[in-house]
Amino acid sequence: MISFSISNRSLLSATLCWLLLISSPLAVQAETAEEKGLAIAVEAHLRDEGFGDYTSDMTMTLRNKQGKESKRAIRGKTLEVADDGDKSLSIFDTPRDVKGTAFLSFSHKVGDDEQWLYLPALKRVKRINSRNKSGSFMGSEFAYEDIASQEVEKYNYKHLREEELGGLLCYVSESYPVDKKNSGYTRRITWLDKEEYRIQKVEYYDRKKSLLKTLTVSGYQQYLGKHWRADDMKMVNHQTGKSTSLHWENYQFNTGLTEVDFNSTSLKRIR
Amino acid sequence: MISPYRSSTVALLYLLLCCSTLGIQQTSQAVELRGDLSLEGFLFLSDPAWKGQEDQSASIAANIEFYHDFQNNLSFTLEGFYRQDSQDKERSHGDLRLAEFLYYNNNLEITAGFGRIFWGATEFVHLVDIINQTDQVDALDGEEKFGQPMVHVSVPGDWGVVEAFALPWFRERSFPGVEGRFRTPLPVDTDNAQYESSSEEHHLDLAFRYATTLASADIGLYFFQGTARDPVLLLNLDSPQSPTLYPYYQQINQSGLDLQLAAGEWLLKGEAYYRTGQSRSYAATTFGFEYTFTGIAESMMDLGLIGEYVFDDRDNGWLPTVYENDIMGGLRLAVNDMADSTLLLGVIRDLDSGSTIIALESSRRLGENIRLNLDASFFIDMDYSDPAYAMAKDDFIKLEMVWYW
Repeated sequence: MISFSISNRSLLSATLCWLLLISSPLAVQAETAEEKGLAIAVEAHLRDEGFGDYTSDMTMTLRNKQGKESKRAIRGKTLEVADDGDKSLSIFDTPRDVKGTAFLSFSHKVGDDEQWLYLPALKRVKRINSRNKSGSFMGSEFAYEDIASQEVEKYNYKHLREEELGGLLCYVSESYPVDKKNSGYTRRITWLDKEEYRIQKVEYYDRKKSLLKTLTVSGYQQYLGKHWRADDMKMVNHQTGKSTSLHWENYQFNTGLTEVDFNSTSLKRIR
Repeated sequence: MISPYRSSTVALLYLLLCCSTLGIQQTSQAVELRGDLSLEGFLFLSDPAWKGQEDQSASIAANIEFYHDFQNNLSFTLEGFYRQDSQDKERSHGDLRLAEFLYYNNNLEITAGFGRIFWGATEFVHLVDIINQTDQVDALDGEEKFGQPMVHVSVPGDWGVVEAFALPWFRERSFPGVEGRFRTPLPVDTDNAQYESSSEEHHLDLAFRYATTLASADIGLYFFQGTARDPVLLLNLDSPQSPTLYPYYQQINQSGLDLQLAAGEWLLKGEAYYRTGQSRSYAATTFGFEYTFTGIAESMMDLGLIGEYVFDDRDNGWLPTVYENDIMGGLRLAVNDMADSTLLLGVIRDLDSGSTIIALESSRRLGENIRLNLDASFFIDMDYSDPAYAMAKDDFIKLEMVWYW
């Protein structure tokens, strides 16, 4: 995960970058809705480039229709990888019966992500099939594909309109998963504020094209004078009435994480 | 079962380290203490096969884990276990599951003490897992292991990880006592273990492993030289009135392979080893697949299908095994609810004899810190020629409640 890098910050391939640089001055009038949608996603990504690495503490609160709650405490570590998707590690502290369980993910711009689960009771590292992306992440309303690093290349885009949301003027765009077969969505509608290109809201439409979930993001704070991270996210499932809230604390950037903190040897000594 | 000498060496080292770091860092020494307490009841559905066994049993067990971070990438973990069983004296036992110092930097990791290592990929049978001895009496599935004294060095790199193990002291397998279920027709006298090596349990076993990830496959290769973890059971007729079996631990060389591979929507898994040293040389393999349907029946539930096969070419007269030519099928349901409810149904069928084992494992959380596990196993059409025949009358339902603190 759990970069929860819903802030769209995959690294752009050099080619794509050049294409956009070259084409954008010429395309002022001729830009299609698809091109504009892509350009917005790319800009959002570029604005977060260069964060290097960070860690954070997250509380995940599951809430059922009756309002009953259950909490999970999860620590996250994320490493930016040049020319590919991020590497991320999530470590469960509670519930206590799963304490020490860790989820390791290498996201890739093209092709399948790689994912492993570390089970501390058996000291076992199990590979997970990342194509099960529509599955629930640890019983929450977030699917694996929602928490995965949001690489630009994993969606096709279409700009819809501009509209105000919570006092912020936003770009509203649709995105369609490239991997149609395994995604749980036919499309997503995303509200990004024009000022800072931060995700404010996402609507998810299921395979039957009905509205399934809405994500709202709040409490953005800026780190290192550049990188915006949200303190809170809430995912509401309209079809079941259940919801999951995420709350982050203690974001730390430039913690000195490197590739060796994300290999199988380090996974087995996770605490 | 724990040698006082070995444990006290670990304790002494720990005290020394505590004292030496005390002067340098008065603060910020992270210490953690946690554990669990479990109550378990077995209800057996048939009258026992052997004299002394009962229809039900209960036990209480505790795990305590202590962790001390000395900073500077050095830490110590201690995990103690004890179980008191109402029925089987052999099942009332304790162990140092872990008592391990760990040091690491970017180029290597070293552990010393009682450690736990898992090698393997498949779900039903853990063929290649060899470093730790199985605590057979504690869990029928063989997933409970004794702490193994070792010095273990790992060198990770872009190309994978190379590991070397020196295992200076062998741990004997546990077996149910006369009054325990799941036992052999003649009880195993664990106080009378015999060894091929004249150094007995002090033989220095060695292991080397290389593991890497190639494309979407995780591959591990190892070589092990030392005392076989699975003993041969031999007949002791010293007292003809009450014959017993005794474990005989031989010296073996074993080369092993494990593989996990994501192929499209499938997960493919395989394990194999080749062993010399016991009777004739032989090979064994197990492999299979896992396929998961996500969000079945318009719910959050995931349903996994597991299919596996195991083949073992050993000299069956000398080294009987339950898994010689068996096929396994499993259904794994993850409800993905707040209580993290799961259900696993597994069937193991011996293709030669037709002996079939059906196992059901279900689990859910109660509140935040308690987990409830309900398991059942049924032994069906057990064939007399199958070593698992000994369990033909051991159909059971097991209820376990674990409190994590």
